[in-house]
Amino acid sequence: MLGDHVIGRETHLNAEGFVVRPDEVAATLEILRDEAGFDHLSMVTAQDYEDRFETIYHLKKFDDPTQEVSVVVPTDVENPVSETASGVFKTANWQEREAYDLVGVNYDGHPDMRRILLPETWQGHPLSSDYDQDKPQIVSFDEHKNPLQEDHKDAESDTMFLNIGPHHPATHGVLHLKTVLDGEQVADVEPDIGYLHRCEEQMAQNGTYRHQIMPYPDRWDYASAGLLNEWAYARVAEDLNDIEVPEYAQIIRTMSAELCRIAAHMLALGTFCLDIYGDFTAIFMYAMRDREIVQNILEDLTGQRMMFNYFRLGGVVWDLPEPREEFFEKTRDFLDDLPEALEEYHDLITSNEIFQIRTIDTGTIDPETAKQFGVTGPVLRGSGVDYDLRRDDPYGYYDELDWDVVTEDGCDNYSRLLVRMREVEESAKIISQCIDLLEDWPEDERNIQANVPRTLKPDPDTEVYRAVEGAKGELGIYIRSDGTDKPGRFKIRSPCFCNLSALNAMSKGEYVADLVATLGSLDVILGEVDR
Amino acid sequence: MSNEPRDTIRGSTDAQTKTREARMSGAVDNRFNSKLREAFGSSPFILTKFDKFMNWVRGSSMFMLQFGIACCSIEMMHTYAVKHDLDRFGSGVPRASPRQADVMIVPGTIVSKFAPRMKRVYDQMPEPKFVVNMGSCSISGGPFQEGYNVIKGAEEVIPVDIHVPGCPPRPEALVYGVVKLQERIANGESSPVTVKPYEMEQFSDLERDELVEKLADDIDEETLVMRYNWADSP
Repeated sequence: MLGDHVIGRETHLNAEGFVVRPDEVAATLEILRDEAGFDHLSMVTAQDYEDRFETIYHLKKFDDPTQEVSVVVPTDVENPVSETASGVFKTANWQEREAYDLVGVNYDGHPDMRRILLPETWQGHPLSSDYDQDKPQIVSFDEHKNPLQEDHKDAESDTMFLNIGPHHPATHGVLHLKTVLDGEQVADVEPDIGYLHRCEEQMAQNGTYRHQIMPYPDRWDYASAGLLNEWAYARVAEDLNDIEVPEYAQIIRTMSAELCRIAAHMLALGTFCLDIYGDFTAIFMYAMRDREIVQNILEDLTGQRMMFNYFRLGGVVWDLPEPREEFFEKTRDFLDDLPEALEEYHDLITSNEIFQIRTIDTGTIDPETAKQFGVTGPVLRGSGVDYDLRRDDPYGYYDELDWDVVTEDGCDNYSRLLVRMREVEESAKIISQCIDLLEDWPEDERNIQANVPRTLKPDPDTEVYRAVEGAKGELGIYIRSDGTDKPGRFKIRSPCFCNLSALNAMSKGEYVADLVATLGSLDVILGEVDR
Repeated sequence: MSNEPRDTIRGSTDAQTKTREARMSGAVDNRFNSKLREAFGSSPFILTKFDKFMNWVRGSSMFMLQFGIACCSIEMMHTYAVKHDLDRFGSGVPRASPRQADVMIVPGTIVSKFAPRMKRVYDQMPEPKFVVNMGSCSISGGPFQEGYNVIKGAEEVIPVDIHVPGCPPRPEALVYGVVKLQERIANGESSPVTVKPYEMEQFSDLERDELVEKLADDIDEETLVMRYNWADSP
């Protein structure tokens, strides 16, 4: 099908890789998208080798994410220029900017080739091999210019430039929205990110596979979704090193990850209502009350309230806390109280007329646009796309359990909230089934870790990309090993990053108050956006 | 009143008359008589040092800046919310504007792009102002210390009074840190100002070295900049 476009083949652990020339990227991707049905550009990875720079486009299908293909684009080391894919997949726009920012590959024909995470004035590309970390840098701090108009009113138009953030109560952290207002409506909005870019990829590349990387995933999506992120790393590293996880550990993983999902969705709900109602009172406190209960359970299990560091390659670090009956009882109590709590939320939030007026039909994004932007997770399912990696690309113990993928067809802020609230119910189902299984597990078969060598050294140049369903969507990790006990390249596919890139499409032409609501409904966590 | 908790709260629906006398008698309303007031006896005056009084007042009504950076801010929200309830200590009113706040809790990693903005927010707070560092990142860079983009502690940029270690500190730890700060304020103690290597300055004031020459075309002379000498940072 690709015919002349392909100049070589590579085999990654997760997919076949086709090597193409740097000036034929768009054509290749278009064929793969339109004729082969690979409509999901999951991630763009850039890296540099000694003799070349390389960009990898990881493609999947929304209908069946187990079908994957990689398009590998090597470019010249002296002058790394490669054709952009942003005309074929809109999600490539931001991802290529990030690749340019951190690795230094230039994309020809890209509409907006600027740095995205680091300050404009930064010198050098930190993840390329010749970067000197000790050289001085200058970071400027100036008034932002109006991209459409001068700040004064003239006869032609009266747009006003407004900065929202980076220190603002409604931006959920340190996000800067460059907003252009036309009266009360948003004429243009551009998220400016990078205020929390903590060099996570560099940190992971400096750590050994066995123990030193696992603490970092907790700090990507820090809304207590730590275990979901750890699972992303555990999954990719176990694939890379061929480790089988015992069934008992898989059940514990599934249970604890779903507890994390409940905690993360509760925070999303509380802060979303904080944005809409602007009150620091009832709803927020309700959500926090339920989170406290979940955090207590997780603390019993892992010893930590937020940064769990509980998964290990090949299993988990501890068995359930003794006395086990007490732990089960505590978790069951929480699950028993949950329906009532959700009923309260529905009384308080979803059936509230004002809330409905504020959220129904605002921040709409149709399924096709969402797919173009690579949006995943509750945001995509709120647009009616039935895509959930827990079911479509099974891992852990999910395929043995009885639960449903939640979708809503509203495509707006309201349905995104509903998806999260109903997902909490599904998570509760999963947890209760896991508890039943764990309770009857024979005592001498409680194997919590596979036998993993002390030092892991995968074969050089093994490449693998794996994703799991995090709290915000598809959280993927690409690892290339270089034969040592540390990854040669570690790239994180962050769901929030892609979800946030769709903000402009969602809020153009709407009121600025709805922009805030839309941002809340996306549930971005800046630690994961910037990494 | 029994000490047993009640299942439901049902009281009489009659009008409350308990305080009617006090309200309508026209004399001094005796509901204002606190225990403290009774302890003073007949004298309505107290004698104290103005500074001491002011410090006590300051320590007992702290206005926090609503400021979330990273993971620690989630734990900070829990500190404000039910169960931990920082408000009990007279310090739980988060203000969204720096102009109404006098304590800044720095909850998270400071990176190069954010440091000038944080300095601006700190500069906008009215004196006297205090800073509580929450978590390892704002103390030293924490787990991200080695990163190419991470400022190694908020103290590089602003002076800090209290450090609360942890990753993240539990809400109890943050409460302890804030209460310690209140104690210090009430006693009139303040922290020595650290030498801050990274100040904001105008671009034209920088030494004309290679880097400045290179950026001269992109940056306006009057723009405020921060220059990071990464090699000198701890």
